[in-house]
Amino acid sequence: MTRYVIKRIFSMIVTLLIIGTLTFSIMHSIPGSPFTSERSLPPEIEQALMEKYGLDDPLWEQYLNYLGDLVQGDLGVSMQKLGVSVNDMISEGLPVSAQIGSVAVIVILALGIPIGVISALKQNSLIDHIVMFIATVGIAVPSFVVGTFMMYVFGEILGWIPAGGFDGWRSFIGPVIALAGFSLAYVTRLMRSSMLEVLRQDYIRTAKANGLSQLKVIGKHALKNALIPVVTYVGPMIASILTGSFVIEKIFALPGIGKYFTESVTNRDYTVIMSITLFYAAIYIFSVLLVDIAYAFIDPRIKLDD
Amino acid sequence: MGKEKILEVKGLETSFFTHLGEVQSVRSVSFDIHKGEVVGIVGESGSGKSITCMSIMKLLQHPGKIKHGEVIFKGEDLVKKSPKEMRKIQGDEISMIFQDPMTALNPVYTIGNQMTEVIRAHKKISQKEAEKIAIKMLEAVGIPSPEQRLKNYPHEFSGGMRQRAIIAMALSCEPELLIADEPTTALDVTIQAQILDLLKGLREKLDTSIIFITHDLGVIAELCDKVIVMYGGMVMEEASVVDLFKEPKNPYTIGLLKSVPNPETLTKQTLVPIAGSPPDMLNPPKGCAFCNRCEYAVQKCLVEVPKLYDVGKDHKSRCHLYHPDTPNEVKIKREVI
Repeated sequence: MTRYVIKRIFSMIVTLLIIGTLTFSIMHSIPGSPFTSERSLPPEIEQALMEKYGLDDPLWEQYLNYLGDLVQGDLGVSMQKLGVSVNDMISEGLPVSAQIGSVAVIVILALGIPIGVISALKQNSLIDHIVMFIATVGIAVPSFVVGTFMMYVFGEILGWIPAGGFDGWRSFIGPVIALAGFSLAYVTRLMRSSMLEVLRQDYIRTAKANGLSQLKVIGKHALKNALIPVVTYVGPMIASILTGSFVIEKIFALPGIGKYFTESVTNRDYTVIMSITLFYAAIYIFSVLLVDIAYAFIDPRIKLDD
Repeated sequence: MGKEKILEVKGLETSFFTHLGEVQSVRSVSFDIHKGEVVGIVGESGSGKSITCMSIMKLLQHPGKIKHGEVIFKGEDLVKKSPKEMRKIQGDEISMIFQDPMTALNPVYTIGNQMTEVIRAHKKISQKEAEKIAIKMLEAVGIPSPEQRLKNYPHEFSGGMRQRAIIAMALSCEPELLIADEPTTALDVTIQAQILDLLKGLREKLDTSIIFITHDLGVIAELCDKVIVMYGGMVMEEASVVDLFKEPKNPYTIGLLKSVPNPETLTKQTLVPIAGSPPDMLNPPKGCAFCNRCEYAVQKCLVEVPKLYDVGKDHKSRCHLYHPDTPNEVKIKREVI
């Protein structure tokens, strides 16, 4: 197990290096620079800026310098926002995104799994049809529609939730629902279909034939097997939800991290693009590793030492 | 067999109510099982043998339903019991083992976990004591070093070992009746023989009654005291194992026996299959289920379901040819098989 994790961490570093290299080359092959704007700067000032940020060096040197700083934990300085480092952006934005994200994740798991199970147990009943209808709507309706709707009805008309900002538990309601909507619907559907599949298995029949209680048959024998496909989805889902969403942060005026990523691309803010991409990638790859480790705990047929 | 009856199935009818209509899988099946008796149920796929046993155990899946009949076990009608009451009987007094040992155990729990869980569901004992019983049972079914084996997962067992473990699990609460639904079909021949020997030995040791479902007449001859031949959801013939092989009294049984290879005559004779295919249970024939494939069929067979006639001591056959008024020359002359 420990050997496997060490091996995987090494391969994570290699993956990140590849992602970094690709991002760096793509980023620099797009025309324009951080200092391109409608009003062109005087050549001397532009030259001075290029020198300040090292943009006049050969690309490979820029890349190596960046990596050198990265290894020392310095994610670089924004080329657009004066005096703001990427480390600051993450340390300020991530807690907001992560707090809202973790509530959303808890909502997804705490509702999606049991509702999916109940829906499967009551297959083709009225409850099942209602759940599946809502879940289909949840998958089809994009988060910005849900977000805007929440904002309008509960914020504007009913005044139950604040119009925006990050202040108190009420400010969680809107973003959490908008953020959880799709994944909640998806997890519910996945759990239901996976449960239906497992309930048809011979070992469930064996468990019933042996007179085990309903709770044991469903809660012990069926659930653990049915969770395997759900875990596959949930790992990367958690990574993406915790790192925030540009759209939802925009709608609810949240000071999260999601907005930086989108802004950095439109602004050609080279260091921010690189660092945030690598940061997201690292979290994502790490979540995949956690999923793989979780598999080994759920399913003994999966051996990690190979 | 002068022993007490432990199970009486009376007029059992089970149907599946599908969107196409009612599939009548089991049609008025009756039989008795005595203590310590091994009863074989034979028949081709779809003859209703598995569904009969699933009905006894009340393990029918939706849309299956027991329409009619009684299943008297130790004086009580199981059909009337609630799922909760049934759970006390399932795995404790009546156990069932299934065809495919590769899929019948939960892959994510150890053998020990699954065995002790069943024991503790029926007996108020500690985990330690349950483990002791599990070890004893694994030993009884011939699994070496059972203490270690308890900690194994099903995938660490071979097919034959899994079936042994399943049998051990099914017998761990010393049931009075074991229903074995083709337990050897998915295994290779040498393992089949071992499992049959095991069941024979256990039956002698524990005096458990066994219902053995199979389509293999060889297995029947090997293991059973009594045989029930099913076709089209009905009992076609019921006889002691000796009578059935010596003097089959139903055209369907005769057909079945003819389609089995006989080592003595194999080189000279070709196997005779039963022509045609089984009836559609969505629209079962009005008369005898076998009439369209039967070489002895007469007009009456097409329109009237025959009764189960007594044709000898503990020997019954569902065939119009055994109606008391049927002229003797028409009655089946058993051919050389």
